Amino acid sequence: MGQTLRVTVNGEARSDEVEPRLLLVHYLRETCGLTGTHVGCDTSQCGACTVLLDGAAVKSCNMLALQADGAEITTIEGLAPEGGLHPLQTAFWENHGLQCGYCTPGFIMAAAALLAENHDPSDEEIGRGLEGNLCRCTGYVNIRKAVKAAAQAMREGAAAPIGG
Amino acid sequence: MIPAAFQYSKAGSVREAVAQLREAGPEAKVIAGGQSLIPLLRLRLSQPSHLVDVNGVRELDYVHPEGDHLRVGAMTRHSTLARSELVQRHLPLLAEMAAQVGDPQIRARGTLGGVFAHADAAGDYPTLAVMLDATIVTDRRRVAARDFFQHLFTTALAEDELVCEVVFPMAPGPHRYIKFRRRLYDWAIVGAAVQKMDSGWRVGLTHVGPTAVRAAAVESRLQAGASFTEAASAAADGLEPPSDVRASADYRRHLAQVLTRRALEQAA
Ligand SMILES: Cc1cc2nc3c(=O)[nH]c(=O)nc-3n(C[C@H](O)[C@H](O)[C@H](O)COP(=O)(O)OP(=O)(O)OC[C@H]3O[C@@H](n4cnc5c(N)ncnc54)[C@H](O)[C@@H]3O)c2cc1C
Ligand code: FES
Ligand code: FES
Repeated sequence: MGQTLRVTVNGEARSDEVEPRLLLVHYLRETCGLTGTHVGCDTSQCGACTVLLDGAAVKSCNMLALQADGAEITTIEGLAPEGGLHPLQTAFWENHGLQCGYCTPGFIMAAAALLAENHDPSDEEIGRGLEGNLCRCTGYVNIRKAVKAAAQAMREGAAAPIGG
Repeated sequence: MIPAAFQYSKAGSVREAVAQLREAGPEAKVIAGGQSLIPLLRLRLSQPSHLVDVNGVRELDYVHPEGDHLRVGAMTRHSTLARSELVQRHLPLLAEMAAQVGDPQIRARGTLGGVFAHADAAGDYPTLAVMLDATIVTDRRRVAARDFFQHLFTTALAEDELVCEVVFPMAPGPHRYIKFRRRLYDWAIVGAAVQKMDSGWRVGLTHVGPTAVRAAAVESRLQAGASFTEAASAAADGLEPPSDVRASADYRRHLAQVLTRRALEQAA
């Protein structure tokens, strides 16, 4: 029943036998052991499962693992080099862009895709860029602040401080 | 939830896709962007025996201007349509709609052809197709948009038929799509689209019935010289909109009129 999936996850080339019905999010969490990508809904709305597929933000609960064949995937674990933090991670930390943190990996991956295209997004552009992600506890004000701070840090090329 | 088990194969061309669908039998389905199908699989509202993946059918990913028409391949993704300079130049209303489908993650995967085949009452492109008399081209025939959409989630497509292309007339003139919704990424509760053509205004409505609607009464009033307000008051004529958790039928009728007036006023 299994079919071969060849995919690069966070820079590592992999080959796994998977069932066609396996969703990408379950492949990442259960086969790859990368549990930073969360599942927050059954309706493809919350965005907690957002990862980068060849650089574009996608909802990994809304793709079959086999549809990622040949692609490069980046999850929250692969955003920063080992032991370091990405400017977005630092900015969410410093600006209190999270409370429970459940939605955070998805927000950070969606924001990473946004900032790759737009180095200086306005409040409105951040809102539109993150419209596919829901947060149930922080509220969006600090999330927006964090994305702005990260954008600035990235423009200034500031080295990501380790551990905030 | 986890989808029920199915077989899976990849098609690299239209011919291959149709052959695979035929071979797999009547319970087989196409998977394009998966943005409507996978939610249904997860809820087990859909349990196909086999999925034919058409994401590798590169020949269906294009925007081609030809004469006074714009031909758009079925596998063109929402994000591509929203950014396409050709679409912005020749049919900017399509780009405006594409930029408002779902959210960035949905737009990165979902396709034009998928919206047509899925035929959700709240789909945005069907409104444009019906009001502009677009043509849906399949692997075997051409179908006028008004004949293609038959009912809620029901189209003229046969089980093994593939949407290949949609042909729109070019329309670079004044236009506007107003999509009324409570949250940004949501589907339209009601949408109103207007497009000025050389021959006059075209007006279409989203989610006011089982399929997209061309508001012919509004168009003919405008043709006869009525003001935007007078013309828009005919937008709810003959409609039988659904009542659901988002809006009652009466509220949808009201929205049809108000949004049509605003769209006409704002068309640029
Ligand atoms: C949170 C969310 C919000 C959304 N908001 C909107 C919105 O505001 N407006 C809107 O219009 N859509 C919206 N969508 C749906 C989205 O646009 C889908 O991309 C689209 O409806 C289906 O396209 P797809 O390529 O993803 O098709 P799939 O999900 O792969 O397929 C959908 C159906 O079409 C069939 N199919 C697909 N392609 C073909 C083809 N070429 N030939 C024959 N059959 C085919 C499949 O067999 C299946 O039955 C939303 C989806 C989500 C999850
Ligand atoms: S888990 Fe909610 S959108 Fe994927
Ligand atoms: S921080 Fe708890 S859901 Fe967003």
